[in-house]
Amino acid sequence: MTQDIPELDRLIACPNCDALHLDMPVPDGARARCLRCHTVLKAPRADAMTRIVMLAATALILMVAAVFFPFLDLSTHGLSHDSSIFDTVMAFSEGLLFPLTFAVGALIVVLPAVRLIALLYAIGPMMIGYTPARHAIPAFRLAQALKPWAMAEIFIVGTAVALVKIGGMATVSLGAAFWAFVALVLVTTLKDTFMCKLTVWKTMEERIR
Amino acid sequence: MMSATQTAAPDRDDGGARVQTARAAGLVACTGCGRVHRPDQTRCLRCNARLSSRDATSLQRVWAWWLAGLIAYIPANLYPMLRTTTMGHETASTIVGGVVELIDYHSYGVALIVFGASVVIPIAKFIAIAYLAYSVQFRRGKKGVLARQHLYEVVEFIGRWSMIDVFVVAILSSLVQFNFVASIHPGIAAVSFASSVAFTMLSAQSFDSRMIWDANEAVET
Repeated sequence: MTQDIPELDRLIACPNCDALHLDMPVPDGARARCLRCHTVLKAPRADAMTRIVMLAATALILMVAAVFFPFLDLSTHGLSHDSSIFDTVMAFSEGLLFPLTFAVGALIVVLPAVRLIALLYAIGPMMIGYTPARHAIPAFRLAQALKPWAMAEIFIVGTAVALVKIGGMATVSLGAAFWAFVALVLVTTLKDTFMCKLTVWKTMEERIR
Repeated sequence: MMSATQTAAPDRDDGGARVQTARAAGLVACTGCGRVHRPDQTRCLRCNARLSSRDATSLQRVWAWWLAGLIAYIPANLYPMLRTTTMGHETASTIVGGVVELIDYHSYGVALIVFGASVVIPIAKFIAIAYLAYSVQFRRGKKGVLARQHLYEVVEFIGRWSMIDVFVVAILSSLVQFNFVASIHPGIAAVSFASSVAFTMLSAQSFDSRMIWDANEAVET
């Protein structure tokens, strides 16, 4: 049954529809799509590893600034109140809403940060030296699994909506952390455009042997 | 028997190409990294993910999370999302109430974003996941396979954006704290809404998209 199939490591199967393809080299900047469902299988970019590591490190530094610097400052009738992202997370820390504290904190700070650290750990050593770190495989798998749960960009849109809602009743000024957060979202998005999952996995596989 | 394999050529787009699947070739593929294995392999040799040709319990998990999400979505709409206290007078607003308030302030664009994220997307997502699971379960669809694949991608991409309203509540209640003059507190609906979004995300993630294509494959072979 399988004798007319080439060696298994020369094949790739589309993760979306299971169609088999011969794994051909794809030039940097080009995309290889699945013939049947058109899912992008590979989209390698030049110097991707260096760029991913640099951008992930930048995002991580911005994250620290975003968490502790003042985020928004609200003033009305001579009263003023500023809050950091840390305060935002703690907004739910009373009564029944306590579990939401963990959820919101996880979605906007902890999971994005863990994802960045996992990526740095998985790809960093491969960029600097040659061999990946010891637990690079689970680290990269963790980074992939966390992708839908890191919601920093959604938080920014939520901030915009919140600003409109209170715009009528008070004056709001944007703090340094707000801009750090916007920059963080942009840097993270840029980093993701350099990320070709399949190329990273293959590179890791080759270098672990 | 069709030709063994196709090549993954850059930027080629032959719609409806006849391909062989890993399952039809008696192999098992990793959905994490695309590596192909002999059927007796249980863990991927490249990324160590658990392998399964088709996830037999996938639909059960899809329906379980779907139902959990639907149940959580009901109190999310009935109970208040925000409790606003101004000069000792408390008003509570639900999700839809919040949208109506925004319309009253003539912030139509923002009202549309909140309405889309908190009402349209969740409901559309319930319908879309149910339709996908139903169509796969009863082998109805040999047509519209590509359309259903796109639908699945859209559901996976857009589902997380429903969280907007939960973040709005978090920001407002941390910011508007002027004791007697004005203060905003989160309502219980924030918890059920956040759970509903998380459950439907898990429902969509449990869905094995390869099943969409299986019915199609049976016709072609």
